[in-house]
This record gives sequence, structure tokens and C-alpha cells, in this order.
Amino acid sequence: MRKFLNGPWVLLMPTLIILTCVVLLPLLLSLWTSFTPFKLTKPDTLYRFVGFRNYERLIGDLDFWIAFGRTVLFLAIALNLELVFGLGIALLINKITYGQRTLRTLMMFPMMFSPILVGFQWKYIFNDNIGLMNNFLREFGVIQPIPWLVDGILANVSIMAAEIWSSTSVFAILLLAGLLGIPKDPIEAAKVDGCNSWQVFKNITLPFLMPFVFIAMTIRSLDVARAYDIVQMMTGGGPAKRTELLWTLISRTGYVDAKMGMANAMSYISIFLSIAFTFFFFYKLIEARQRLSYE
Amino acid sequence: MNKKQINNILIWFSAIVLIILIMTPGLWVVLTAFRPQVDVMAKPAVWIPRNLNLIQFETMLFGGSEGSMGRSPIPVLSYLRNSLIISFTSTFIAVLVGTIGGYGFARHNFKHKNKYFLLIMLTRTIPGISLSLPIFIIFSKIGLIDTHIGIILVFVALNIPFTIWLTDGFFRQIPRAMSEVAMTDGCTKLQAFWHIELPLSRSGIASAGIFAFLISWNEYALVSNLARSTDSKTLTVGLMDFTAQFTINWPGMCALAVFIIIPALILTFMVQKHLVTGLTFGGVKG
Repeated sequence: MRKFLNGPWVLLMPTLIILTCVVLLPLLLSLWTSFTPFKLTKPDTLYRFVGFRNYERLIGDLDFWIAFGRTVLFLAIALNLELVFGLGIALLINKITYGQRTLRTLMMFPMMFSPILVGFQWKYIFNDNIGLMNNFLREFGVIQPIPWLVDGILANVSIMAAEIWSSTSVFAILLLAGLLGIPKDPIEAAKVDGCNSWQVFKNITLPFLMPFVFIAMTIRSLDVARAYDIVQMMTGGGPAKRTELLWTLISRTGYVDAKMGMANAMSYISIFLSIAFTFFFFYKLIEARQRLSYE
Repeated sequence: MNKKQINNILIWFSAIVLIILIMTPGLWVVLTAFRPQVDVMAKPAVWIPRNLNLIQFETMLFGGSEGSMGRSPIPVLSYLRNSLIISFTSTFIAVLVGTIGGYGFARHNFKHKNKYFLLIMLTRTIPGISLSLPIFIIFSKIGLIDTHIGIILVFVALNIPFTIWLTDGFFRQIPRAMSEVAMTDGCTKLQAFWHIELPLSRSGIASAGIFAFLISWNEYALVSNLARSTDSKTLTVGLMDFTAQFTINWPGMCALAVFIIIPALILTFMVQKHLVTGLTFGGVKG
């Protein structure tokens, strides 16, 4: 008993109890539910085991695969652009000596916006009737209002813009923290030895920044599903499923169509997607960290 | 002009463009909240703000002013009350539990420590909407749907992992020797924690708290499904409902948006410095 009280477990107990009750047990329930034809309207169906039927149906479900593909593509494009923009912004702010702190603080502005608010403000900006975008274009003679949130491609681009606006600063701020921590000596030495600034960036700055890139990616991969809030607000997955992501599809299947069993099966696939993302970047982070300490 | 001056001008020019891109969307929403409906709907657009007023806020807080449609259709005060109760309570509990857990990770070595840490972090990766499905089923069985307690419980679980990540980093910055000295001088472990480590990591715990508050305040996917009425709907859900129902009243919707942004704005500026150190420390030296 004394050993238990002095050990780590007594400290971790409250955390483990809460996470078991609120996350682990519900996940087990949803795993079970995904093997049943459970519908909210028919409570008895919760106890009917049908094996992998939901998953088999999903494999043949084109709507599901389109939403899945769109989600992966959306994340790939958004995260890469956020990284590139974030790096550019960090390098820019790093160059500025006067007013750097103020700029960094301003950079944090989008971070305080809840995703639902981000969705709202971009819905307003891209509104075809009175939105900032179309009003602005009208000044330049584009009389015909552009249907930003209705056209298939434009709607996806608009959502992407909202997503990038809200999350680029995470990258910018963490990468700036990395840049500020780079030791000056190797850079000076390299310049004396005749490296140009691209070579310095590629061979010194970038390897040093890599752990920070992966920290940012890991932190971002924890909340990629926030895109659900943005999409739900801006288009609701529509019009005609043109902006449907995995998460809006789950929500529609589970709550609107009341097909909980099927929604839980989709859910499991989305959970694995998220975990895979996080794992990937977390191991990259550990790898980059080790490489840095060897050199 | 020499090359260096041109360079400087370019840098400042890009910085200004950047600030405009970052600030405009938010400021435009805030500005709209104070503008009359006519100006917002005007074509061609009215760019220079005129006739700014507080009508939207008055309608929202005190019901309609004289001559308007009467009471506000939006129960903003209920949403605000729910948001405050849920966010404060869940933050308090999450910070309490998370700090204890973070201390456990920072000060103890045990088998598979990194794996447990990763496992706890992984609970955070589960998309809110996926987690909401089974919780919805359980809560409707045990009567926690549309209650503060149910939502608070979920938010606590949502915030613990991040609190552990942050506080673990801050506790590890404090040299172990400090509490060891105190303990050889006769302090118990708890006293050493209370008098030495806790005060030293105060700023870290505070930022973890503010961060947890912001997550709760901004959350949508879970609340929107676990709340059914004004008994527990928060401001974010309110904004969504409002947008779906009254698509024309942009100034009104923007006023509601301002309600959501102001507390977040103040808190983020308070926490900004510690946040970056906390996140990168936990990550790089871990």
C-alpha cells in the first residue's frame, strides 16, 4: 500500500479512470455497435449481431469512398500548404528585428477563433450576395456574383481557404520558436566557408527545424477533425454532397438518418485515419530528434 | 538605393500584406456587428462604415428596443450562461486531474512510460463526431443528454491529455534536486510539491488552464449532439442554430460571433508567451 501511494499510479489514477469512462468504454460500445444494424428509432437492434455487414456495405459504398478520398486529399493539401505558408511567415518574421514581438502576437489572432467562428466568418466573406469577396470583385467590374459556396470546386477551395487561414499560424509560431533557437555559430562558420544563403538554409536551418515541423504536424493531426465544424457551418457538406468530408457523412448517417450502426463503422475508419496521422508524425518527431542529437 | 534597403522594403511590404490577410476576416465580422442592416445589404457595397450602432447587442441582451419586433428570438443569455458554467467547471476539473497526472509523468519513471503517455495523447485524436455517437447512446440511456454534467464530463476527458502534456513539460524544467533538498530537511513529498514545485510551475498550469478553457469554449462537434435545448446549448451551437434559421440578419449573427470571440481574445493574449514554450519544450527535449 505504501509503495502504491509513493508510486506514479496513485497520481495517474484519476486521469485513467476518467479517460476509461468517457473515451475507452464508449469506444468499445461503438465497436460493438458497428457490428449491429442499430438504429436510433429501433432500440432492440442494438443486440442483434450481424458481423461485418456494415463494413462490407461500406466497401461497396461509392459515397463513402468519395468522402474518404476527399478527406485525405483535403488534409494532404491543407497541411502541406499550411506548412509552406507557416515556414514562409516564420522566416519573414525572423528577419524583422523591430516589432517582431508585436507581429508574433498578431499572428496568433486566428488561433483564438473557434472553428465554428472561422466557418461563420468565411461563410460571410464568400456569401454570393453581400460577401466581402464578391463586393470587392464588383468594384473591379465582376458584376455577375460568383457562387463561391455552391460550385463544387469553388466550395472546396473556399473551405480550404478557411482551414488554412485558421491553422497556418500554428505552424508559423512553432517554426518561429525553432528559428529563434538556432545556434548562430554554425551559420556564421558556413558563411565564412563560402556557403550561399540557400545552402545555409538547406543544410543547417532546415535540419534544425525538422523537429519543430513534426511537433506542429503532431499537434495539428490531433485536431484535424475540427474541419468538421468549419464544413458544417459553411456548406453542411452540400450542396449535393460536393463538400462532404468523412466527418459530415458520419454525422448525417448517425443523427439525421439515425443509422447508428453504420455511422459507428464509418467512425472507426475515421478514428484509424486520425491515429495513423498522429502516429506517423510522432515517430517522425522522435526520429528527427535523435538525428539532431547524434550530429 | 542599395540592395539592403530594397530588401528591407520588400520585407516590410510582405509583413503588411500578411497582417491585412490575417486581420481582415475577423475585423470585418466585428465591424458588421455594429453596422445597420441597410448598409450591410447595400449594393454597391458601402466600404466606409457610417451610422455605427449597438442595436444588435441591445436586442440580444435586453430584448428588442422600442419599435422593433419585440424580444430577441435568440436566447443569448442562456447560451452564455451554459458556455460559462460548462467551460469553467470542466477547466477546473481537467486542470486539477491533469496537473496531478503531469506531475506523475514528470517525476516518476516506470515501465512503458512513453507508451502510456502516447496512449493518453491518442485519446485526444479521436474525432469529436466519432466519439459523440457512442456517448450519445450511453447518455440517452442514463439521462445525461442535455445536461451540464454530461457535457462537463466529456470536456474534462477532452482536456486532460493536453493539460498533462503541458504540465509535464513545466514540471520537468524544475530541477529534481530542489524538492529532494526540501525532503531531506523534513518536508513530506506532498509539502515539497505544495511549497516548491507547484509555485514554480504556476505559469505553466495557468496556461494549461486557459488552453483548456478555450477548447471547451470553442467546442462544437460534441456539444451540438449532446445538447438538445437552451438548458445546455452553448454559444457555438447557438451561432450555428442562428445561422441556419435567420440567414438574412448578418449584423445580428455577427454580434453573436463577437460574444464568442471576446473572452477567447483576452485569454489567448494572456497565455501566448507560455503556450509556445510549453508546447515546444514538451516536444523537443522529451
